[in-house]
Amino acid sequence: MSFLTTVYAYLYYFAALVLLAGVTFKVVQYARTPAPLKIPTTPAPTTRAGVVLRMTREVVLFESLFRGNKWTWIFGWIFHFGLFLVTLRHLRYFMEPVWLPIELVQPFGVYGGMAMVVGLAGLWARRFFVDRVRYISSPSDHLILALLIVIGCTGLLMKFVFHTDVVAVKSFFIGLYSFDPQPLPGDPLLLLHLFLVAALMIIFPYSKLLHAPGLFFSPSRNQVDNPREQRHIAPWAKRLEQ
Amino acid sequence: MAKATFEVPELSQYLDVPPVTPQTMAHSKPFVAKPEFQAPLGFPGELMDDWQEKALDKMGELLGKYRSLRVYLDSCVKCGSCTDKCHYYLGTKDPKNMPVGRQDLMRKVYRRYFTLAGKLFPKLVGAEDFTKDVLDDWYSYFHQCSQCRRCSVFCPYGIDTAEISMAAREIMDSIGVGQKYCNEIISKVYTIGNNLGLPGPALKDTLEGLEEDVYDDTGVAVRYPLDEVGADILLVTPSADFFAEPHVDGLIGYGKVFHEAGVTWTLSSHASEAANFGMFIGSYDNMRRVAQRIREAAIELKVKRIVFGECGHAWRVAYSFLNTLVGPWDFLDPRYPVPQHICEFTYNLIQEGKLTFDKGENDDKVLTYHDSCNVARASRMGDTPGGQFEIPRAIIRATCNHFFDMDEDTIRDRTFCCGGGGGLLTDDLMELRVKGAKPRVEALNNVMLEKGVTHMAAICAICKSQFTKVLPYYGMEMDQIVSLHQLVSNAIVLTPALDDEDDEEEAEEAA
Ligand code: SF4
Ligand code: SF4
Repeated sequence: MSFLTTVYAYLYYFAALVLLAGVTFKVVQYARTPAPLKIPTTPAPTTRAGVVLRMTREVVLFESLFRGNKWTWIFGWIFHFGLFLVTLRHLRYFMEPVWLPIELVQPFGVYGGMAMVVGLAGLWARRFFVDRVRYISSPSDHLILALLIVIGCTGLLMKFVFHTDVVAVKSFFIGLYSFDPQPLPGDPLLLLHLFLVAALMIIFPYSKLLHAPGLFFSPSRNQVDNPREQRHIAPWAKRLEQ
Repeated sequence: MAKATFEVPELSQYLDVPPVTPQTMAHSKPFVAKPEFQAPLGFPGELMDDWQEKALDKMGELLGKYRSLRVYLDSCVKCGSCTDKCHYYLGTKDPKNMPVGRQDLMRKVYRRYFTLAGKLFPKLVGAEDFTKDVLDDWYSYFHQCSQCRRCSVFCPYGIDTAEISMAAREIMDSIGVGQKYCNEIISKVYTIGNNLGLPGPALKDTLEGLEEDVYDDTGVAVRYPLDEVGADILLVTPSADFFAEPHVDGLIGYGKVFHEAGVTWTLSSHASEAANFGMFIGSYDNMRRVAQRIREAAIELKVKRIVFGECGHAWRVAYSFLNTLVGPWDFLDPRYPVPQHICEFTYNLIQEGKLTFDKGENDDKVLTYHDSCNVARASRMGDTPGGQFEIPRAIIRATCNHFFDMDEDTIRDRTFCCGGGGGLLTDDLMELRVKGAKPRVEALNNVMLEKGVTHMAAICAICKSQFTKVLPYYGMEMDQIVSLHQLVSNAIVLTPALDDEDDEEEAEEAA
């Protein structure tokens, strides 16, 4: 096995471990931390089903962001939806045989890649041109955008300009499952793309990317508005009563 | 116009978002609580020597106790959706009054001490040491948040800056840096029973005076009872209702509604205060202790129901937290929600056709309605989501001929804070209060110009007090703000009791 293949194999084992362990740790931590008071932002649904609907609208349509800022919403939504298509498209590198829905989504995945870059560019431009957003941006906010844009661009370049050997890439990843990595093509664009994706996986649990699991644990969005009907009391608060 | 030592913002027709102008409000701080107001609440008297360590311990404790804090500190992506939503930013231009700017004051400390990225690469992620300067910023800017939750409506993750302000205030209290106004008031509740420090005999006097006034006015003996064991309903209302204008007109209205409903009711001298400032300082313990009085009063007076008067944050604590804090309420009549809002009570009677109004009595006014933040974004009325918006409006429509809403973007769950909520209703913060009121006053001004609106009704004691004080700065009259139940009181047609003269004598005997 070539040196490069070995390095990337270990890199991906490490990245996958950090991502999985890190996110699991965070999710468990969120789940274990009590929400001692009912604080849904009202008007809030009064039933569980209503909450599921509210959360679905947030996850799929970014409803609150839509109410908040149309430009951020457009770019943010384009980016995330693009990312979603791209992720679906990439699943073919990790499965054999490839499921039919994933086959069907392939061409859209390419548009997804373009949408992703456009959305990101729009979001990044706001960080320079809107004084309020410029004020709140820290270097890490710029870096994450840069990281994602370069990932998107290297991916698109491989699709349209400098083709890589996708069959080999696929066997590399499938090989990782059985701890038998196959040789990774050595072209620089692919290596850069893969390196940055691994970097993204590694910073995920330590960065604001935690907004993805965080959304589901936000008490102002996920609580049912029924405090008069049901007593809602956290374990630590219950102890005060004795 | 009142004299101001600062520049009163100019009103414009459209809500314009000001350019970021750092540090315009860095000087704004409330008075610090003295040791005698800290002690009864269980806080150290003054800033401790090892404050930094203690504060970080407290922060760690709160991170483990409140999911909101933990998730909100992690999740912000700096999208900017909240940046132009806070009335304090819009009125002051200070970027630390942008909700995310305010959160970041805590987030940078959180990152530094509680996250790997902030420990390793502080500069990169905007993490900073918890220095005395940072603490000073906390004291300034966490006391420039009225905990109105407007920001949480527009954040894609529902990040509620109010939760962060509350936590910050609790941390500051725990190291001996408390805010005088809130903590003094809570002390008064513990020692005397209400925010204003009105003792029982003074309440009794006031209520007797009200009975006489109403009788003189209407010829009907409407009762305003105190501490009557065995009444059906315990009314808990903000103590401002006992004496100040326009609050007291609301109290007169509640009494008339109860009279027409034919129920017995009482106030309690022990729980003569609906407000619960424990919420403003983020202290679960104090909030619970303040709420406990209501439970004690309900048991002592053997009532069957509890009804809350017009107070915004009191209604939030009552609706959302009372059951949690001091429930269960299984000793009350299960046919009624615990607690009920006076607006729900009045609205139900209107629905049942039990109230008659002469709307003409309010014809000297053209009304608009101010949704109070804590009612609009943190509570409900009635059975359906949004009842808190519809029920008060339905009452206004039932009692007045002329009603117009303000601009859609400034009402219901997008309502603008009066500028005095969250424990900021203190003279030491007058500049902040005036500037923070700008977006609300602007919307009011617009309906005044376009629709000829003359008065604004509200159901929150803080809103009413704040507007009375602040409207004159904008060239308006202090009495343009009215209680919602004042409108009810004006228009309600009272049924005289069979023999009102006798009734009055009985009332006097009972007193
Ligand atoms: S809760 Fe209200 S006052 Fe506080 S930051 Fe949010 S919008 Fe501003
Ligand atoms: S809207 Fe929410 S995520 Fe966006 S900057 Fe404000 S707090 Fe952060």
